[in-house]
Amino acid sequence: MAHEQVCETVPPPSADTADGVIRLDNVTIAYQRHPAVHHLSGAFTRGSLTALVGPNGAGKSTLLKGIVGLLPLDGGAITIADRSALGYLPQVTDVDRSFPMSVLDVVNLGHWRRIGALGRLTPALRQRSRDAIADVGLKGFESRSIASLSVGQFQRVLFARLIAADAELILLDEPFNAVDQRTVEDLMALVDGWHLAGKTVIAALHDLDFVRRHFPQCLLLAREPVAWGQTAAVLAPENLRRARVAADGWQPGADICAA
Amino acid sequence: MLHDYLLAPFLDFAFMRRALVAVIAVAIIAGPLGVFLQLRRMSLMGDALAHAILPGVAIGFFLFGLDLWAMSLGGLVACLAVALLSGLVSRLTAIKEDTSLAALYLVSLALGVLIVSLKGSPRDLLHILFGSLLSISAHGLALVVATAILSLLVLAVIYRTLVVECFDPAFLRAVGGHGAAAHMAFLVLVAINLVAAIQALGTLMAVGLMILPAAAARFWARSVGAMVSLGSLLALAAGLGGLLGSYHFDLPPGPAIVLGAGMAYLLSVAFGPAGGLVRRLFPGRHLQH
Repeated sequence: MAHEQVCETVPPPSADTADGVIRLDNVTIAYQRHPAVHHLSGAFTRGSLTALVGPNGAGKSTLLKGIVGLLPLDGGAITIADRSALGYLPQVTDVDRSFPMSVLDVVNLGHWRRIGALGRLTPALRQRSRDAIADVGLKGFESRSIASLSVGQFQRVLFARLIAADAELILLDEPFNAVDQRTVEDLMALVDGWHLAGKTVIAALHDLDFVRRHFPQCLLLAREPVAWGQTAAVLAPENLRRARVAADGWQPGADICAA
Repeated sequence: MLHDYLLAPFLDFAFMRRALVAVIAVAIIAGPLGVFLQLRRMSLMGDALAHAILPGVAIGFFLFGLDLWAMSLGGLVACLAVALLSGLVSRLTAIKEDTSLAALYLVSLALGVLIVSLKGSPRDLLHILFGSLLSISAHGLALVVATAILSLLVLAVIYRTLVVECFDPAFLRAVGGHGAAAHMAFLVLVAINLVAAIQALGTLMAVGLMILPAAAARFWARSVGAMVSLGSLLALAAGLGGLLGSYHFDLPPGPAIVLGAGMAYLLSVAFGPAGGLVRRLFPGRHLQH
């Protein structure tokens, strides 16, 4: 593929960037100088529910990690209205599930913003954790060790942690991977609840039919931003075809991008 | 009878009382540090650090003889240098740590032994490698105790951050925790405690009291708090047992203490309820639900 194509920038989405809770200005994030997210501009508006879709290696997780601050940017800027309102759900595989901790311990971590490294975990906060555990359907599991949970149950625990944190801006990295249908439905109901409550939610996802049914907004990534806006328009066949082509463009001997 | 075995040595001899204080100080902090080394999957790293101390101690010895402060400072500089360098390397590059650490500690050991041999006698070498718990100096004792107290305080401050950094570092970053700082502080704690423990156990044995009780504790405890407490208790028990054993059977105390910890580890591997062999082989009949 010619270099000009690899480096081509897609016009920013129609989203009104002034009202963005998260604004992306020409963001590039690279691994060993090869961009995994390339010249991405646009904004996630307050209260939006956006699916982040694209082929494997399209940069979905990379973008989320960039927003959270886990990866350095190689170009551009990310502006977040209120960083302390950020809640992040890592991929299940990024967390040590054999760690000796109880369900309640993990959910209590949701209070980190309030108590930090030294503050006291008050009975009121503990109660909020218990309520969050009940909300995700794990009442009675409080003192169970996380090592004894199934993947789906553990994902519920991480959702409970998000609930305890009461974040306004929620980033979910592959939240429904390797969990059963019942769990997906329960967790998606929680996400819908957050959306109704006016929270901003961004989720990296694979299942396009699922996205069409549940997510009003969609950002289609293939390292380059392919399309961003109303889900039905974004997931048009032509866009999906372009995404498949663009995602295969990793070249060992790529030239330096001039843009 | 019990009095003769357990109390008399300490009542009768001042050197045994000093050794006891030193062992308590070393053990009480070694347990928790070992637990975190294990949780961070850095047990091998602890071992490599302990070996990396040796050339530093040896250079201190070469320049100033058997001087507590020169040797400790040399060990500390060497240990910190290796800890920070390897930490940086693993954070900034994709290199796997284990091979380079194994290479490092072999080279360190050879280099250290060589430097000590250039100036000292085999007796000096034994002293540096295996410690001299029974003849620990007043300054050495003060160093060990002060290090333990300071380390317990620092560990209390970074404890929560460190636990979360082990469990889910991405989450900690997202909520604005200082995981990297806690990690660095932890490495420094490991380094200064290894150096302080040289006085009691020597460069080769110092790390044993960190790794073994912590590894044993994992077979019994199901929470980090319990592991930390149990790690300390097992290290204390091994220290006390090893000290008494060395007194009654005329054994070198450093190896006796580490073997005591080793016995606790083997028993835990066999009988520990959390993943021990017996429980794995004979889990009992399955439950109703």
